[in-house]
Amino acid sequence: MTLPLAVFFVLAAVAIAGAVNLIVQKHPIHSALSLIVVMVSLAGLYLLLGAEFVAAVQIIVYGGAIMVLFVFVIMLLNAGAEEHTNISKLAGGPGLLLAVALGAFIAATLARSPESVQTAVQSGTLAPTRAISSMIFKEFVYPFELTSFLVLVAILGATVLAQREKS
Amino acid sequence: MNSILSANAGLILMVVKTILLLFIVLTVNAYLTWFERKVVARIQSRWGPYRVGPHGLLQPLADGAKFLLKEDPTPAGVDKFVYHMAPLLALTLALTSIAIIPFGPNPLPWKFFGHDIYLSIASPDMNIGILALFAITALGVYGVALAGWASNSKYPLMGGLRSSAQMISYELALTMSVVGVLLIAGSFNLRDIIKAQAQPGVFGWHGIFGWNVWRQIVGFFCFFIAAIAETNRAPFDLPEAEQELVAGFNTEYASFKFAMFFIAEYTSMITVSCLCSIMFFGGWLSPFPDSWTFTHYLPSAILIPFGLWVIWDGIRYETIFGRIVLPGLGTVMVALGALFVAFPIVNEFIQGPFWLLSKIFAFLFFYVWMRGTLPRFRYDQLMAFGWKLLLPLSIVNVIATSFAILEWGPK
Repeated sequence: MTLPLAVFFVLAAVAIAGAVNLIVQKHPIHSALSLIVVMVSLAGLYLLLGAEFVAAVQIIVYGGAIMVLFVFVIMLLNAGAEEHTNISKLAGGPGLLLAVALGAFIAATLARSPESVQTAVQSGTLAPTRAISSMIFKEFVYPFELTSFLVLVAILGATVLAQREKS
Repeated sequence: MNSILSANAGLILMVVKTILLLFIVLTVNAYLTWFERKVVARIQSRWGPYRVGPHGLLQPLADGAKFLLKEDPTPAGVDKFVYHMAPLLALTLALTSIAIIPFGPNPLPWKFFGHDIYLSIASPDMNIGILALFAITALGVYGVALAGWASNSKYPLMGGLRSSAQMISYELALTMSVVGVLLIAGSFNLRDIIKAQAQPGVFGWHGIFGWNVWRQIVGFFCFFIAAIAETNRAPFDLPEAEQELVAGFNTEYASFKFAMFFIAEYTSMITVSCLCSIMFFGGWLSPFPDSWTFTHYLPSAILIPFGLWVIWDGIRYETIFGRIVLPGLGTVMVALGALFVAFPIVNEFIQGPFWLLSKIFAFLFFYVWMRGTLPRFRYDQLMAFGWKLLLPLSIVNVIATSFAILEWGPK
């Protein structure tokens, strides 16, 4: 096992453990912290793939800005521990089925090509940031601009909703 | 034995450098508290620390020992895991960010099993340097915010809330304000950013006029203010406003856990000073043109007279201990200055670090100066300042810089 592969498995295990912990934890803050762990280990995985810019942005935007907002809101509302309820029958049956289906799908993909795990880790070659920017602003400029327009609409919506409370 | 050494030379080098840097940063931190107390005392017309050691020079050691020996109670009702994790997180992230700073342009004159010894822990061609730094500082807020929340007490909670609100508000301006610099340098790499400032700048003059601060004066203004706010320092120290919140987010922390927050705060001050010097003040570049070779003796020209003054001051000191220590310290400084003059190779090598450290020191002094002179912002002023002034200003700066580069190229 090469070192990058070992790092991949460690990061993947941390990400999965964080995701499970996110669901299991009773307190919202603990769940939010688990989500941060997931985000940061995902950033590590991106770095392993050679996407250093994406990795840094992942931490800055998701790990930093968005999760700080989550934590801020949870702290501001002083949300207490949640009570665990029994899983509803409707969610339990199909949910279990879906989980099994997803697991089987992933296992089948892995079984078909054992190399795909190996190729998920390619250390050494780093994707230049210039390539990403030329892709965003040349090849995919319309989807990119449309997405930013969508975000702008969402921001405007939030502003309008926040102002309505005042008057 | 030798083969194991050479096989893992890169790793060993990194570990040794990390330990060394950790040691240096923690020592500088300790003496930064001394420096701050002395300067603030001078601003307020008092003496500051004076009793422990000559001129209070051993005060940081006494403080450190005190932090280690004090009782460390865990208040009832805290969230144990988060409560213990928060100071650890704050300190780790603050110290990690220093690892990315390059302290000098050239590797040391000798090699370690074929590895160049650069004056930074991160590899010199780390392409996302500045982004990685922002990533680390973006996570840094959790230390403060979680400490406030986990303490299960109203004042710390208020401190934590203020801290996260402040971070959210100023992070945007902080990130936007450096975009201009990145556009000029065309790289995220801190070394490339410094190299881009070595070219002749305003009016084609060399040296100081090539620095980004001239072309990016608005960016520097936004960056420096936002950075002070991010480090929770006066006049943006609302998260620990003593008059309102007892001690803010760290009220429930005692002993070494408190010290960890303290060290984290001072370390991030150093990081911000490093960043300001690198991004806007030419990093390790000398303010004089390259042709002025006589300025290379400036480190000696400062060290030797200062050392002589310390000796002169030391022999007249009240205590016998001071009369031994201070002249000794002065002699070391004079010897160092003489060493630089005697060995041109050493003198050439220390030019870069000398200028970078001088700039960092100037910024640290500025930090302390502001704490000594400016009153704290009110909360609404803080928010209005961040959102209504800094953010629009930095966005305008980005647009203006982009147009300027389109029109005249990055020079």
